[in-house]
Amino acid sequence: MPSRFNLIEEDRQQKGGEKRSETAGRWQHDSMQKMLTIISNVLRGSASRHGAQVVSEAASMVASSRSYADFTPEATFDIKKVDLHRLEEGPPLTATLTREEGLKYYRTMQTIRRMELKADQLYKQKIIRGFCHLYDGQEACAVGIEGGITLSDHLITAYRAHGYTLTRGGTVREIMAELTGRRGGIAKGKGGSMHMYTKNFYGGNGIVGAQVPLGAGVALACKYLGNDQLCVSLYGDGAANQGQIFETYNMSSLWKLPIIFICENNQYGMGTSVERSSASTEYYKRGDYIPGLRVDGMDVLCVREATKFAADHCRSGKGPILMELQTYRYHGHSMSDPGVSYRTREEIQEVRSKSDPISMLKDRMLSNNMASIEELKEIDIAVRKEIEDAAQFATTDPEPPLDDLCSHIFANDQPFEVRGATPWTKLTSTS
Amino acid sequence: MVSPVSCCQTAGGCCPTASWYLWTDSDSCSDWTGSFSRTSRSSHSEDRSKMASLGCFLRSGNNAVSVVLRREFSKTPPAAVQVNVRDALNQAMDEELERDERVFLLGEEVAQYDGAYKVSRGLWKKYGDKRIIDTPITEMGFAGIAVGAAFAGLRPICEFMTWNFSMQAIDQVINSAAKTYYMSAGAQPVPIVFRGPNGSSAGVAAQHSQCFAAWYGHCPGLKVVSPWNSEDARGLLKAAIRDDNPVVFLENELMYGVPFDLSEDVLQKDFVVPIGKAKVERRGTHITLVSHSRCVGFCLDAASVLAKEGVECEVVNLRTIRPLDVDTIEASVMKTGHLVTVEGGWPQYGVGAEICARVMEGPAFNYLDAPAVRVTGVDIPMPYAKILEDHSVPQIKDIIFSVKKVLNM
Repeated sequence: MPSRFNLIEEDRQQKGGEKRSETAGRWQHDSMQKMLTIISNVLRGSASRHGAQVVSEAASMVASSRSYADFTPEATFDIKKVDLHRLEEGPPLTATLTREEGLKYYRTMQTIRRMELKADQLYKQKIIRGFCHLYDGQEACAVGIEGGITLSDHLITAYRAHGYTLTRGGTVREIMAELTGRRGGIAKGKGGSMHMYTKNFYGGNGIVGAQVPLGAGVALACKYLGNDQLCVSLYGDGAANQGQIFETYNMSSLWKLPIIFICENNQYGMGTSVERSSASTEYYKRGDYIPGLRVDGMDVLCVREATKFAADHCRSGKGPILMELQTYRYHGHSMSDPGVSYRTREEIQEVRSKSDPISMLKDRMLSNNMASIEELKEIDIAVRKEIEDAAQFATTDPEPPLDDLCSHIFANDQPFEVRGATPWTKLTSTS
Repeated sequence: MVSPVSCCQTAGGCCPTASWYLWTDSDSCSDWTGSFSRTSRSSHSEDRSKMASLGCFLRSGNNAVSVVLRREFSKTPPAAVQVNVRDALNQAMDEELERDERVFLLGEEVAQYDGAYKVSRGLWKKYGDKRIIDTPITEMGFAGIAVGAAFAGLRPICEFMTWNFSMQAIDQVINSAAKTYYMSAGAQPVPIVFRGPNGSSAGVAAQHSQCFAAWYGHCPGLKVVSPWNSEDARGLLKAAIRDDNPVVFLENELMYGVPFDLSEDVLQKDFVVPIGKAKVERRGTHITLVSHSRCVGFCLDAASVLAKEGVECEVVNLRTIRPLDVDTIEASVMKTGHLVTVEGGWPQYGVGAEICARVMEGPAFNYLDAPAVRVTGVDIPMPYAKILEDHSVPQIKDIIFSVKKVLNM
């Protein structure tokens, strides 16, 4: 499929989709920067499959002094075909990525990754307590979905929610401070890991499956108010067997609600693999009369194109649609789960090396000269700094004041008395 | 001279009794004034002809005539309309649906069936599919959908056909509705009303007869109300719909058909009964009876019987289970020195237990001349046979017996 980008007046056939990070190691060469221009000129004419690979190697030598005008502004990639259920056509087989988009997705995914790893660290230091369900490995889902909708659309998910809190407008600072239970947290320390909210983002929900009917209710409101918005309602492979989800499929279809059901299938519901929990593991078909798509959830472009397709479906008034994103979590179910009693370390390592979402995007961008390796390194450094600053804030910000203990029981109400632990302890609740 | 006139006011149905009082300054009564007569139930056509006559009279421009609605006048009873609890709820919902576009009703059979208990009669015809929604028999699903709609800015009324079925959805009521405002530190309010009949009915047996006042009353983040009469039903439902928080509205099926007089004030569109305030239905000096829902009526009946023996009971209608109006209860107990709570639900960990504990822990304890006791439903699942069912719920004689025991009579 011909690409639509220009590099020094020549068209070139690019195949970026199959690249995986086995080439990553080759980025470590010392650069012979002045050699680069010569090499790329020589190789530019090559339309071979390996041309891209060699160009990637060459691209690794790009000098930081090279101007951004030299970068490819836009490239089109082949993406994996999507499995369809009750659909004649699916999302396109190619995706166009602009440089800006690529850098944005890269940065966001890297931010999620580093934020989750920092949370792991803080949890082990006992600065974060209770539940902490980490999202590393699944970044392409959150970022890809957001790429297919807008912030005026709505989204709700379950407890593995830190990534979505970020993509939905939260900052790393307030997310981390919520994890450490400080007053600067996104829920002022009242909610914790599983209960973070932003505009048009309804958490963060602790009860498996309960968020799905809630999402349909949000979609009902969108239809009721006639605002052309939709709601993305996420759940995992473990939740996919919940009865209330089938109840929701039924009502959403009857009433043609603008809802995108998304099953993030990371292969394990806590410690139970999909084969052991589900008589049918074809989660994209479980909606029965609802059209479904099964999508590579490790490829941010796949996820984005599928989400755009699904959003069009909803907005055209056709009612619900269901997407299964095949993805993987590197961590265990939560911080109390090492994650290796029900799966092998080899499996985890294999996914990391062959299907990592961030590496995949990075390879694509570098091999198509959409960014330089230094540039991406700079982003990495900036992200690390952001995370460090946020962690610093999260560990030094004070805990919520005791006056806040009883507040936020009721909205728009007069202050009222709350019984404390003893009959003599009279506390006050304010809205 | 005063001539009573009756006219028919259509307030969402047939409301037979309304009285206007015509006060004339003029001594000259034309013959036609005699045609006005006060009847307790006039037909529509009769009333329309009377209204027409009245209209003619007023348009005739006779001077020195003023038509005045006089409620305080000692010989004339106040203007009142008889409304049963069902109609009171119906009118309240109708008015609130009209007042605020974001209000809508969903539940099983609420639309085309006119409501399983006819509480939503006529609403679907008036407001249509968008605002009165029939759901499949999937409580957990539709309760969750209702809460989600509240998240996104609508103001749903979610009907459970009976509160027994709410157990299928109780996670959505507690974990999704009640706790969200707190967990989000005030970012996400949940303006929703869950309503439906609660407690025992007649012959519906164990799975359909449970009282949930104590269960929902236990949870912070919820407001829980339990109306007794039509004024309660109307005012509390309006207050609940206007409240920006989750409200559990516990009706009673056996009360739906019971009529009560509603004054003009109560019939105003903005009439609300504040949530969290109990009402003293009957003043007394010897003992306080605290109750909610249908049992309030039993307490009043027991009070009438006891009055003949010289015992004056003060009857407190809780109206709201959570937040509990402890101040009203304490003030009453401090006056009478004796307390009996009456409820339909089971005794263990119930509403009465909470009231007694609160009284123990507060200033009213020092005024008690005897231990506070509870009259409750019998601690068994509800049986079916009539004789057994009758003996499973508190009866008036149980209240009288308990009062006498507490007063050492």
